Amino acid sequence: MKLAFQLAYKNLLGAGLRTWLNAGVLSFAFVVIIFYNGLIDGWNEQAKIDGINWEWGNGHLLNEKYDPYDAFSIEDGHGKLAADKQENLTPILIRQAHIYPNGRMMPIQLKGIDPNQKTLYLPTDLLNQSKADFPVLIGQRMAESAKVKTGDDILLRWRDKNGTYDAATVTVVGIFETNVPFVDGGQFWMSIEKLREITLLADQTTYFVASENYSHTETAAWHFETQEYLMREQTKLIETKKVSGSILYIVLMTLGLLAIFDTQVLSIFRRQKEIGTYIALGMTRWQVVRVFTAEGSMYSIFAVILGALYGIPILWYLSKIGISFGTDGTEMGIIMAERMYPIYGLGLVFGTIVIVVLSATVVSFLPARKIARMNPVEALKGKVQ
Amino acid sequence: MKYIIAIFFTIIFALQLSAQDATEILEKVDDNMNSETSITKSDMIIYGRRNSRTVTSVGYAEGKNKSFSEYLAPAREKGTKMLKLEDNLWIYSPSTDRTIQLSGHMLKQSVMGSDLSYEDMMENRKLTEMYDSEVIGEELIDGRNTWVLQLTAKVVDASYESRKIWVDTERYVPLREELFAKSGQLLKKTELKEVKKIDGRWYPTKMNYKDMLKDGKGTDFVVLEIEFDTEIPAYIFSKAALKK
Repeated sequence: MKLAFQLAYKNLLGAGLRTWLNAGVLSFAFVVIIFYNGLIDGWNEQAKIDGINWEWGNGHLLNEKYDPYDAFSIEDGHGKLAADKQENLTPILIRQAHIYPNGRMMPIQLKGIDPNQKTLYLPTDLLNQSKADFPVLIGQRMAESAKVKTGDDILLRWRDKNGTYDAATVTVVGIFETNVPFVDGGQFWMSIEKLREITLLADQTTYFVASENYSHTETAAWHFETQEYLMREQTKLIETKKVSGSILYIVLMTLGLLAIFDTQVLSIFRRQKEIGTYIALGMTRWQVVRVFTAEGSMYSIFAVILGALYGIPILWYLSKIGISFGTDGTEMGIIMAERMYPIYGLGLVFGTIVIVVLSATVVSFLPARKIARMNPVEALKGKVQ
Repeated sequence: MKYIIAIFFTIIFALQLSAQDATEILEKVDDNMNSETSITKSDMIIYGRRNSRTVTSVGYAEGKNKSFSEYLAPAREKGTKMLKLEDNLWIYSPSTDRTIQLSGHMLKQSVMGSDLSYEDMMENRKLTEMYDSEVIGEELIDGRNTWVLQLTAKVVDASYESRKIWVDTERYVPLREELFAKSGQLLKKTELKEVKKIDGRWYPTKMNYKDMLKDGKGTDFVVLEIEFDTEIPAYIFSKAALKK
């Protein structure tokens, strides 16, 4: 086997430019696969961390009448949970309302949250610090769509639990920036106690956000959605992206492996005398097959080395500065940072190396099998078989 | 002491009289503005930021709980029909050939982009059933003497906590109405003009509804033709009539 690799190594170096073209094509596929997967993994990791920090926490405990996908359920989807069951939970009450920025009417969701909460990154302490009569907190996108800034007063109209209209001027005391659209677009955040007071919904909550220390026990009229369940949309999206990315890998790998396959077919055709000589010198036909297969495999090893030479600096640089696609994922309702930072795991790098080497070996072996059927005398004479 | 008691009873009597007067005025307004049945052809002029558009419709109403309307113009809205039975509202759209029932938050949406919500149109209780009233003054509007009535909700589920109505002292027709939030914020204002005597009753034929929190000129509602107490076939107030 050692001899096979030594021969293969010498043959490949002897082939010169042809070897480096094959290795170059394969290394490109290798680097792109690692980069794309790293980018998706980086996005996934970032989205999960942002989602947990801003929206999901350690899971949600929802009132059974509330369906987050049905806006009509907001009206009646709230209830009271016994105080002793609220440990490590942050209550959130949702109501529908309208704001009137610059004489326009905009429907919004009014969300009440405990200003002292620490579970989510929402800067709710600003609600406590404010001296305004009616302080509210909004996200950057809400601020842009309503054209309001910190300190602005804005007219808010809502209904109490009986359906009676009420209206007041609220003050925007803070504008937060987040990659999580579920807490930003079309939403106003305020103190839950204030919201309960103005809507006559004392002690009512639409859903609770669990903190890390929360352990769930079955509670009538409430159902718990785990962190993994809340992440499912994002996870599915990432999986879809990975599947669509695999089409790219297949195209790139096919190009690289086709080059190796062609080279192998050509080698076996043109190097028949060499094959005959190997056999005449005492090698079995399968030993010669191994030499040619090792040559093909070695392309992939060269590709890995070549890819590492230019890939490591480029991928490292991209992981440090990140990549901006110039699109705002939150407009599409997905958690996507403006700049994504790829993450290259060891599993990803070694997995890709194994796939590339194995594929190259298989692709090299297929044409090399022909050698096993060759007549050594004819081969030695260089006759086409 | 006698004087104090006399003054106390006088004040109580005056307050009762005022409340009674206001209630009587409201009842007369209710009687004047409502009829057993009515058939109305009207234009709804919706003023936008840059332009306005007019929607013509014909409406059939029986009491406060049944109404049916069909849009006649413009071409885009032609054939759209709305049926209200008690607290339910259905809308038929000819473009999709579908009938949908509006409920919950959808009822708070504006009708054809106007300053009126479906819920405003759905209100079917008499003012006297929902509000305590009090005469708080008299004012002149367009040369007509009016009583100014302050209405305060006596039921918990009134959309507006309080209202102010200016009622013509001779014709018992409201000439202006203001609707307030619980906080006292003015939310909507209605101006009623061009009061005409139709079938023996005074009736305003031009109304302007204005959402006071929004910019703009509001929505005009112009009565082109109206008939009171005409017999309306029962099938009009059925879901089958929506697709006819």
